[in-house]
Amino acid sequence: MPANHVQPIQRVKRINGDLIFRWLTALFALSILAILALMLFEMASQSVPSLRKFGWSFVTASEWDAVEGVFGALPYLYGSVVSSVLALLLATPLSIGAALFITEICPKRWGAVIAPLVELLAAIPSVIYGLWGVLVMAPWLQSTVEPWLIEHLGFIPLFLGAPYGVSMLAAVFILMIMVVPIITSITKEVLLAVPQSQKEAAIGLGATRWEMIRVAILPYGKSGILGAAILGLGRAVGETMAVTMVIGNAPKISLSLLSPAYTMPSVIANEFAEATTKLHGSALMEIGLILLIVTLIINALARLLIWSVSKGPGGAA
Amino acid sequence: MMRSVAFRKIKNHLATLLMLMATAAVLIPLGLIFFHIVKMGISSVSLDFFREIPKPPGEVGGGMANGMVGSLVMIGMASLIGLPVGVFGAIYLVEYGGSKVSTAVRFAADVLSGTPSIITGLVAYSLLVVPMKGFSALAGSVALALIMIPIVLRTTEEQLKMVPGTLREASLALGVPFWRTSLKVTLRSAMSGVLTGILLAIARVAGETAPLLFTALGNQFWSKKVTEPMAAMPLQIFNFAISPYEDWHRLAWAGALMLVTVMFTLSLTARYFSSGRRSD
Repeated sequence: MPANHVQPIQRVKRINGDLIFRWLTALFALSILAILALMLFEMASQSVPSLRKFGWSFVTASEWDAVEGVFGALPYLYGSVVSSVLALLLATPLSIGAALFITEICPKRWGAVIAPLVELLAAIPSVIYGLWGVLVMAPWLQSTVEPWLIEHLGFIPLFLGAPYGVSMLAAVFILMIMVVPIITSITKEVLLAVPQSQKEAAIGLGATRWEMIRVAILPYGKSGILGAAILGLGRAVGETMAVTMVIGNAPKISLSLLSPAYTMPSVIANEFAEATTKLHGSALMEIGLILLIVTLIINALARLLIWSVSKGPGGAA
Repeated sequence: MMRSVAFRKIKNHLATLLMLMATAAVLIPLGLIFFHIVKMGISSVSLDFFREIPKPPGEVGGGMANGMVGSLVMIGMASLIGLPVGVFGAIYLVEYGGSKVSTAVRFAADVLSGTPSIITGLVAYSLLVVPMKGFSALAGSVALALIMIPIVLRTTEEQLKMVPGTLREASLALGVPFWRTSLKVTLRSAMSGVLTGILLAIARVAGETAPLLFTALGNQFWSKKVTEPMAAMPLQIFNFAISPYEDWHRLAWAGALMLVTVMFTLSLTARYFSSGRRSD
């Protein structure tokens, strides 16, 4: 008799708890997919007025006039591409060199200090890089570096013009400083995943340390390092605050690195809160949409490359 | 392609030198940034900095008290939204997830964490600011939560995966329901690692500026409600840094020093949790 009492109640309770828990956690997990979909949908639907009005000319025209209601985003695209690609070209060799130095050359004890330091620096907020950039680096560029460049390399169109301080050059430098810790720490993880036997084989065949790096380590980590660099590119393209503070925010296309420029995230940061017309807001949303799609592609590519070396999605973040 | 040993040795030394120079080139600017933050920050910080709100432009003095409180409020609200999604989502991935669903969610989280933070601001704007007809701290918190979720999800998942299956089996064999096992045994034994992830996520959003630009907007004064625009430290640092006033630059440096101190403390605490407490 008592058994009849207890059993059904217990069973019902137990099934409910597990079922509720399962659905609850599933809801939270799937909400992440929903967030990504919602992001794309919101950005796309808000961009419709601008997409309708300008079509492809949005990315080929360079006139941006909120009063006249004409929006062409070419200067921002140009600024984003040039600043992040140049920053990446400078940052990648430095990062690979530093990662090799940490993993292969320097004593383990140094590496144990340098590596966490680099990672800690990757955590500094971008607004602080911007603060340093605009109050320390830009004045230094204006007073020292840019006059030198104009005097000695002024015959190259890249270094033509007056020293403003806030310029494309400043943006390239600050972006380089910001992505270096990221590329370095991922490259370091990739290099550490190279099997010891590979290195020993090279050394055993009489290779010098550099030859060992060249024939055993770099080919093995190639795709992972490429992934790290592309991930750095994604960061550079989307970087907002630091670039906004040092690039000078002038929507023009100029070959000279010394002249002020503008990037996609910067124009959103500067104009969105004050966009009065619907079309202006929509044009900025469309820039955001382009930015989102570009970074989605860049990141997906980078993840796949890094996963391919570090054994699947569970690997290096 | 035999080359002389001397040539190969010289090349080896040259390469080593280049790598050393690359490391120096990486560390020097970062060291300079750190040096300036500490130097300018220490000379600028004062008691008023923690007690007062910003003075109107041109007047000397003032502080960032409203920004500090605003940042704390918004980080708190963002945690309330973001932490459950991240932690429970990770439990699903580890305990229930089929391989296809899990891979899709993981991929989405990784992609989400690579999205520029200004985009989360745009999304929070169109989801909350437009319908509520005004900038608000709530919208800012949602934007920050969107950044926290993927970080917490991935770190929690890594930690839960490391809990041995035998522990779960032991608990289940004692008749503990699965959901209680997940919460009281699996999650609890991974707790120090999970806390690490949470601290890192908080450290990350504490410095975020771009997502707050057109959600929380910033406020020169104290905010009384979360449906009003609210000040935040990173926003204040940004506005003061690009202003032409010497005294506001001073406040920006002091703010930067404080922000960096808070973040390094969080990171170090996180490291302590993840390394020292493993044996618990």
